[in-house]
Amino acid sequence: MIIKPRELWICRSTGCNSLNAKAVHDELVKQIKERRLTQIEVKKVGCMGLCQCGPSILIQPDNVYYVHLKPKHIPEIIEKHLLKDQIVQHLAYLNQETEEFIPNKENIPYYNRQRKITLKNSGTIDPENIDEYIRIGGYENIEKCLKKYKPSEVIQIIKNSRLRGRGGAGFPTGLKWELCAKEINDTKYVICNGDEGDPGAFMDDILMESDPHSVIEGMCVGGYAIGAHQGYIYIRAEYALAIKRFDIALKQARMKGFLGRNIHGSGFDFDIQLKKGAGAFVCGEETALMASIEGKRGTPRPRPPFPAQSGLWGKPTNINNVKTWATIPHILSMGADSYSKIGTEDASGTIILALTGKINNSGLVEIPMGTTIREVVFDIGGGIPHGKKFKAIQIGGPSGGCIPAEHLDTVMDYKNLTSLGAIMGSGGVIVLDEDTCMVDLAHYFITFTQRESCGKCAPCRIGTLKMLNLLTKFKNGVAKMEDIDELEHLADIVKKTSLCGLGQTAPNPVLTTIRYFRDEYEAHVNGSCPALVCKDLIRYEIIPTKCVGCQFCAKNCPVHAISGEIKQAHMIDSNLCIRCGLCVVQCPSDAIRKVGM
Amino acid sequence: MIKIADITNIEERKAIENIIRNYREDSGTVISLLQDIQGHYNYLPAYILQLLSRELKIPLSKIYSVATFYAQFSFNEKGKHIITVCDGTACHVKGGPLLYDYLINQLGIHGGETTPDKIFSIEIVRCLGCCAISPVMIVDDELYGNLNMQKISKILSKIRKEEMIQEGSK
Ligand SMILES: Cc1cc2nc3c(=O)[nH]c(=O)nc-3n(C[C@H](O)[C@H](O)[C@H](O)COP(=O)(O)O)c2cc1C
Repeated sequence: MIIKPRELWICRSTGCNSLNAKAVHDELVKQIKERRLTQIEVKKVGCMGLCQCGPSILIQPDNVYYVHLKPKHIPEIIEKHLLKDQIVQHLAYLNQETEEFIPNKENIPYYNRQRKITLKNSGTIDPENIDEYIRIGGYENIEKCLKKYKPSEVIQIIKNSRLRGRGGAGFPTGLKWELCAKEINDTKYVICNGDEGDPGAFMDDILMESDPHSVIEGMCVGGYAIGAHQGYIYIRAEYALAIKRFDIALKQARMKGFLGRNIHGSGFDFDIQLKKGAGAFVCGEETALMASIEGKRGTPRPRPPFPAQSGLWGKPTNINNVKTWATIPHILSMGADSYSKIGTEDASGTIILALTGKINNSGLVEIPMGTTIREVVFDIGGGIPHGKKFKAIQIGGPSGGCIPAEHLDTVMDYKNLTSLGAIMGSGGVIVLDEDTCMVDLAHYFITFTQRESCGKCAPCRIGTLKMLNLLTKFKNGVAKMEDIDELEHLADIVKKTSLCGLGQTAPNPVLTTIRYFRDEYEAHVNGSCPALVCKDLIRYEIIPTKCVGCQFCAKNCPVHAISGEIKQAHMIDSNLCIRCGLCVVQCPSDAIRKVGM
Repeated sequence: MIKIADITNIEERKAIENIIRNYREDSGTVISLLQDIQGHYNYLPAYILQLLSRELKIPLSKIYSVATFYAQFSFNEKGKHIITVCDGTACHVKGGPLLYDYLINQLGIHGGETTPDKIFSIEIVRCLGCCAISPVMIVDDELYGNLNMQKISKILSKIRKEEMIQEGSK
């Protein structure tokens, strides 16, 4: 029997790991070894994007993708696919709509509409092995820059690419570099912002886990262009795997001479140090982040002076987001013109979105700027699960806003999203369906910003608390109509007078929910929560015709609020009920439902 | 006030000496110092902060100003099993709050607290970055995704059982 040589790529990023990719990986390695299949190579790779379907394996060169794997599936894959060249249909991706299995990864709608540039290496190389990065042309771009281009020429290339910072505000990267390069100082710094604080965003994490060398190479290029010899990468403490892989990558890059003194005989010295965050959202803000690297409380300070003039330890500093840095080598490879041609007039290139919430296909998505929200939610994301109705997307995290169904055809770029009251932000997209209460969501975000407000300036410290108290009144059903105006008024003040971006953007989730879903605020004033989320405005009820009287709910109710004889319909005492929902989950006959008060 | 010489446990003393060396030789900052202390003790014991303040000549006020700012640091001893609950947006819209209520109901403590028997602590974090499999939580460094009440119940009973066996074999 002739067995074709193949590579089996298994995703070992955070998402798949938590779905027990390790067990699948171990089993795979064990069986390949036991069966002495020496022509088969198992390779650990970074994230392939469709986290929802993990753990997953991509078989190359066939490009066949197996999903939702368990260790018990391994023998079948080996016996059928590897030994007999047959595709194991039932382990392939299932298209929910057509109920067809799609084995070839390129044919899966989630993938075939994407355009991978920044994420090109993610899911194709072993992130813990620098040789893999080098094999696909890694570190050639920094060499090219050092040998062929003057720093000013590198900056011109980045300017020509029209790349805008991917950390939120979208500042033109080439221009930022130029401002810092202009400063005359022997000591300058470059920083990679890997704090990724927005809840609902995880692309920076995945990128650092899956392709750390692109980030390192990008920083080397930036350091050369600006005239910095020291870089810092600041990673939030919760990202254990990203920290580990980055640490490995830095060591390997030093060993190969891509970091350190006199890089590849060019006379250029550059090294990078890793700093771990300690859990503060505001540290994603650039001036706070620099204070944190210095070991201080991470509070922001007024700008100017901008980091380009006076940054880390008072030296000129250039700070960019993880995605911005990781895109640099790709721009140099493909050429600034080709990069610049992708996208819209407002924004070139691609944007990485973390697509989550009430959506069939969640995971990381890289699309050209200018894709519509509809394409993202329905074509790539596969729509809303359980036949529910789409309500809105929330984009940009606590600084962003909600965009409702009537704007589904909006072309995504910085300008358009801002005009709708949201922001591109870091690119976290949370899809909301009819079961999401917009007042609750606004309350959630303000709870977040209020907790994370560093307390330095009064508008943010006190204003967000006042807003939170008002939102709580809505949730509890005790707000008045005037409170909506009061909320808008406060939001306006906090926006205009806060010291840093945290306070300046914190009201966005409130303002956009009022703008597009005012009726829901009004409903709360009138004592009802249309989505049946806010606990004080709902109760649970047993449908007598469905209840089989099994007593399961009654026995498990933590506050003994359910009563009833065996085999007879039960009752819930709303005064005792704490609305924990445990009974709904446990009822075998679907007999318990939420209703308005 | 205690000095390094007063620490009789050799392991602890070695750890402290290591922490001091890291700070001095690796151009450490107060943050990395506190991370090292917490890495060893799983919280920041007051006597160690006082000791290191004197040893490294960092004002105690400065150490506390940093320690109170960052969410990562804790002044209370944590339980043996730490349950880190994600409070990210995706978890929130996919029923996270109900699961959190269930958890605190089961353990009788809130976020940031430890059970009296020092077995469980609950911590809340902003976002764990695995939103695609939300709701999620971490228990003893292991991440659990697509959670529901039944899964949480299973995880808790497993730990409780192990603890009972260990307690019994003592
Ligand atoms: C409250 C707040 C949080 C922020 N968090 C992040 C973050 O987590 N990651 C990031 O790259 N930028 C963050 N930023 C933006 C940074 O201040 C800065 O603009 C960015 O790192 C610049 O990188 P870019 O030019 O590549 O976009 C945050 C800003 C504010 C005001």
